[in-house]
Parts: sequence; structure tokens; C-alpha cells
Amino acid sequence: MADVVGLLFEHGDDAKPLAGGQSLVPMLAMRLTRFEHIVDLNRVDELFGVESDNGGVRIGAMTRQAAVETDAAVAERVPLLHLATPHIGHFQIRNRGTIGGSVAHADPASEYPAVMLALDGTAEIASASGTREVAASEFFESTFMTAVAPDELLVALRFQAWDQPAGFAFDEIARRSGDFALAGAAVGIGTDEAGRINRAAVGMLGVGPTPRRAPSVEAAVMGLAAADADPHEIGRLAADDMDPIGDVHASAEYRRRAGSTLVGRILASALAQLTQEAGNG
Amino acid sequence: MADQVPLSMTVNGRTRRGQGEPRLTLADFLREQALCTGVHLGCEHGVCGSCTVLMDGEAVRSCLLFAVQAEGADITTVEGLAPDDETLHPVQEAFRDCHGLQCGFCTPGFVVSVAAFLEANPDPSDDEIRHGIAGNLCRCTGYQGIVAATRQAAGVMRGGE
Repeated sequence: MADVVGLLFEHGDDAKPLAGGQSLVPMLAMRLTRFEHIVDLNRVDELFGVESDNGGVRIGAMTRQAAVETDAAVAERVPLLHLATPHIGHFQIRNRGTIGGSVAHADPASEYPAVMLALDGTAEIASASGTREVAASEFFESTFMTAVAPDELLVALRFQAWDQPAGFAFDEIARRSGDFALAGAAVGIGTDEAGRINRAAVGMLGVGPTPRRAPSVEAAVMGLAAADADPHEIGRLAADDMDPIGDVHASAEYRRRAGSTLVGRILASALAQLTQEAGNG
Repeated sequence: MADQVPLSMTVNGRTRRGQGEPRLTLADFLREQALCTGVHLGCEHGVCGSCTVLMDGEAVRSCLLFAVQAEGADITTVEGLAPDDETLHPVQEAFRDCHGLQCGFCTPGFVVSVAAFLEANPDPSDDEIRHGIAGNLCRCTGYQGIVAATRQAAGVMRGGE
């Protein structure tokens, strides 16, 4: 890894790290971008793998999406990552695509950035001068732009587990399976022992220049009993937290309406897990 | 022009050596140097699935890999699935039986993808089959025959019929 960071330091803007290549290589093929130097990370062993970390997980940036999908620690401690992964491309794409590549590419329509933002994940970033950590809220600067400088490398992501009763759900709208999502969301709802909501995390994708939180929705559910919240009514508030663009795939207004309806459905699914658990317990 | 680099990998059980620019794609290496012209290039940016091959047993888009990245890897193309020249792989047999192809351009990618999919999921539901083939595009068949072929191949590969 020292070699990689050294090369990035030496070449700066002229070099680009290559992770799974499922976004970068198409962009090169279509001549949307070009780099004098490509630094392949695929043989840098220390960037691969999931480790337990202080009750949560630390996921190496080069961990394949297919590995995230089947990892038992991820499924148990960070259910939203597990739920979001099958929505990424197709299995052939997930065999190569990596979690770090997806986050560093920062496509506003992609799944992991929205999950990372919802869960307040942390990025571990290395450069020739050392390692620093950046919170998700500071990480996504604009479309395809992140806090990672040209001479830096995203090394790993950290996620904390939720140590409380919780429900998690993820979904997205796409015209065809595996297409870029028109809109989507990742929702986590946590309660105290009495069943009152005291934690809410809503991350949205495809509805702005970056992944976005839905603070209106989060504020509206806080303090409610999970069984009393009307998810479809509350989900509509998400429209205020969006800044979608219109393009050939969908108008801005369609994204706003369909997206906020979807947030309501996903919220309903997360709440249903909590009320079912309470009912069974 | 960039310097040529030596390339070496196993393709369908045989060591293949060649050379190319660092950004020669694996798909172009397989077609032009390993002469595996069953690797079809449709979109060349990872959408259509025609160029799907197995790299160390996993289905991947060969148009999104550089040949240098496959250095030392074990590659299987559609040419390498059947055990010998006289026999078809069960997935190939099923595509023939069930009209899983018309023009045939997308077929090599489908066959490789379906073979990998059935290794991972030997007894899929129809819904799982449709998800499993979603990463490959066919503009002729409307997919019904491909779904039927996948179902038949699953049964044969499980040894049930």
C-alpha cells in the first residue's frame, strides 16, 4: 500500500486508482475521462476483507460487493449494507465491484454512499503524510466529488452496529433490474426498550447531486411509538429533503414524487420489523 | 504508443502468452491473441454481458478488465465449458432444446453467466432465474426461451433428469 500511496503522491491529478473497474473502465471506454496513469489496487492484499471493529465492522476498500453480500458479520452488524448490496448492478458486476470503489466514485444514484450517509459511517483515507478519518457527512462533496484528494487513497470504511431494537429496510426504483436507480432509500429505525423511536436514519439516492439524508422524516418519527407512526404520511415529507434533477430517464418532479412515496414504503417495512419483534417478544 | 507488456494466463486449460499495451482489455486479448472469438463484444462498457467469461471461476465482464489484470489467472470462455468437441455443456444443450437463442450474438455471454449462476444456485425459482439472467441483454428472444433453458439446465446439472 505504501507503493500505491507513493505513486499517487508522485503523479497527483494524472493518476487514478483502479478498484473493481465497473465504473472507471466504462468511463475510460466512452472517453468521458482519461488519466495518464492507472494504479491498479487489485493485488494490494491489505485493502481486502471485513474485520470486526469495536462492536462494528471495518471493511477494506477493495472488498468485493459479492463478498459484502455474503459476509455474516456485515449481515448481523450492518444489515443495511447487506440489504442494499443485491441492488448493485448484476452478480457479474458485484464479483468485481468493490465497496471502496463505489463510495469513492460517489455516483449520486449508487447504493453504498446512501447507506454510508444514513449510518454515519467513517472513511479511512491514507496519503504519503499519514492516515485520516472523515465522517460520511463530510465525505460527499458533490456529484463524483469526495473528500479524497488526488494524492490520497480510500483505505477502509467503518460502521458501528446499532445496540438497540431496530428495523432496517432498503429499496429503489429502477426501470430494469440492475439499472441506475431513479430514486432509492436506506432506512434504519431504532427504539428504546419501551418501543419509542429514539433513532432514525434515512439516506436517499438518486434525488440530488449527492446522496442525501431526509432530516424531515427523521425528525417526524422521533419519540413516536413504532406502531403509531404513519409511515406513508411521514414519507411524503422526504420530498422537502430532495433536490432532484430531471433527465431522459425521469423528470425531477417524478423523482420527487416517486422517491417520497418509496421512502414511505421503506419506512413502513422498517417499522413493521419493530412491531413484529415486539409482538413476538 | 504505450510500451508493450508481456501477458500470460491460462485460457480454457492452456497457457496463453502474448503481449499488449497495458490498457488492452481482457476481451480483446482473448479474441485477438487467444483466438477465443466466442467472446463477443456488444457494448464494450459492461452493460450487455456478451463478453462474460469466468475468471478463477467467477463470472466477470471481460470488457471491463485489462488483460494485465488477468496475469496468472484461470480464464474460461464459452469455448472451454464443454468437456470435449463432441459434447455440449448442459447449458448449451438446454439453449438448443428450448430455443434460448435466435441470432446467437448474446448467447456466449448468456451461457457462461447461466453456468456460473447455476453453480451458485443449483435449484433456482423462476424469479431467481430472471434475476440471474438480468445482467445479459438479448434483443431477439424475449427471454422466455432463455428462462426455460436455464430451468432445464438446472435439472440436468442437479442430475435429476
